Amino acid sequence: MAVPILKQGQYLIATIQDALTDADLQQLRDGLVTQVGRHRSRGVIVDITALDVMDSFAVRTVRDIAHMTRLRGAETVIVGMQPEVALSVVQLGLSLEGVHAALDLEEGLAFLDEQAHVVSGGRPRG
Amino acid sequence: MGDRHPAAQSAGGVAVSRRSGPVSPDEAQEELISVRSDADIVVARQRGRELAARLGFGLTDQTLIATAISELTRNIVLYAQRGRIVLKALRKGGRRGIMVVARDDGPGIPNVEQALQSGFSTSGGLGLGLPGVRRLTDEFDIASAVGRGTTVTVKKWNR
Amino acid sequence: MRHTESHEPVASTPPAEVRPRRHRTRDEPRHEPPARSTGGLLRELVTHLRHNQNQLRDEWANRIMEAQLLTAMSRDEIVAEATSVYDNYLDALETGTLEALQAYAQSLSERIIPRGVETDEVVGIVLLLRDVLARSLFAKYRADFEVLSRVLDAYEPAANRIAITVAVGFVQERERVIREQQEAIRELSTPVLPVRERLLILPIIGLIDRQRARQLTEQLLRAIRANRARVVVVDITGVPAMDSNVANHLVQTVEASRLLGATVIVTGLSPEIAQTLVTIGVDLRTMHTVGDLQGGIEEAERLLGLEVVPVTESKHPT
Repeated sequence: MAVPILKQGQYLIATIQDALTDADLQQLRDGLVTQVGRHRSRGVIVDITALDVMDSFAVRTVRDIAHMTRLRGAETVIVGMQPEVALSVVQLGLSLEGVHAALDLEEGLAFLDEQAHVVSGGRPRG
Repeated sequence: MGDRHPAAQSAGGVAVSRRSGPVSPDEAQEELISVRSDADIVVARQRGRELAARLGFGLTDQTLIATAISELTRNIVLYAQRGRIVLKALRKGGRRGIMVVARDDGPGIPNVEQALQSGFSTSGGLGLGLPGVRRLTDEFDIASAVGRGTTVTVKKWNR
Repeated sequence: MRHTESHEPVASTPPAEVRPRRHRTRDEPRHEPPARSTGGLLRELVTHLRHNQNQLRDEWANRIMEAQLLTAMSRDEIVAEATSVYDNYLDALETGTLEALQAYAQSLSERIIPRGVETDEVVGIVLLLRDVLARSLFAKYRADFEVLSRVLDAYEPAANRIAITVAVGFVQERERVIREQQEAIRELSTPVLPVRERLLILPIIGLIDRQRARQLTEQLLRAIRANRARVVVVDITGVPAMDSNVANHLVQTVEASRLLGATVIVTGLSPEIAQTLVTIGVDLRTMHTVGDLQGGIEEAERLLGLEVVPVTESKHPT
């Protein structure tokens, strides 16, 4: 597996280190979907801090991850997008609608915690 | 599609030239990347970024250029399987720029006009993303015919 | 090609009588019959100009100072630059390639622009050099009008192209410097303000063009990252009008900020600009907009307040 998937409590964290081939991206997507199912994870964080280009395939894959994991009850947050990458993504006209985004890992976890509180009505899940 | 500058030099003497403007020869930097698989997408865009950096483009422009190259190379892989990317340094007036030529001998685009209208649909359909590439670059040119392949040429100038 | 002639003073004597046949003196090189290439003739006169380099260069430097050009530089500096320009000038004349000259013109411009040298000075000194060299050629070849004519035919276009190259090189370098300065001014004039933790304010004043819009977005995104901002209030009260391109850019900025985890609240939207946004297809309901800056800050604090204490409150739909 090119991108290691770590489990942190209710969440899965995948940190992308380098430019990935299309096959690596697809593997990541499938891996996350499988693991969410296996662990009943509530959230997925995809850390793209190290990604210096996001093209249409990468965007599509991230959208797929968000949609497919949501079907299994998890919310996905992408974190660490570089400003220049954000600019190119919007200028290219690619939509990341429906995909949550946060500044970094810490913010991403805070977001997922918040989501969990809202869902459970105030009591954190174990 | 490429820049062409009539040389005003001949061996040992001033060529008889009626041009009144200064001659600006292209810099010699030119790179060719063979495209055969999706692994070449990353290679092409990284080389593009490096060249852009050498030409003095800022970080944002480097990313825009790399992204455009990524899309163009991806199109080659998806629709023609093989092709090539040529990167070239440009000079016009006092400005430097980069030219990217994406060429393949694939099936060609049946309706270029349409391809230039439709971008990425929200459902993530497999558009060629050409309007997007056009937005990322300063100059955009495409030549394509069914059975004759496709050549996309884009340029970006340093501000 | 041998030549043993010595430099003749710039002619102030009346021009020689036009004679149809060639005139050869002992110390002058043979003048070839008309079939000789322009290139060959050019090489010959370049040799002459090179041979008399020091005198001609000094004469040029003197004329520069007489004309009160390059007053920002001392005489020694002028002579030093004059020497370099002269060398490059002759090389360009001789080889016909302008690459070296362009490169030199670029580097010269980079040096003298910060010293406050103006365009008219640069054009002036190049033309003076052209004149000084032309006079020298006149003096040398004046005895034979036909040869002089061919010499000038060879020299003039080359000299003119060189003058243009140097002048244009200077102007382009100047324009580049001006663009850089403008960018710096733009950046200074629109600071992103960290108001409180996690909240940024970006007041935009004046008309925005594509370039400025791009620069603002870059500044904003980097500020979001640096300040770990979650909410940004972009106030466009001071923007009188916006064309659809810039409006589009605003929309892109909102989305790009979202991708960095920040919510953008736009305040001060005039009815006209609101209309422009609608025209380009923006659903204003999807954009956080508030009438004025104060209201925007309050809304921002509300958004942030909710995030600080998530446990007991439920989210209000925004």
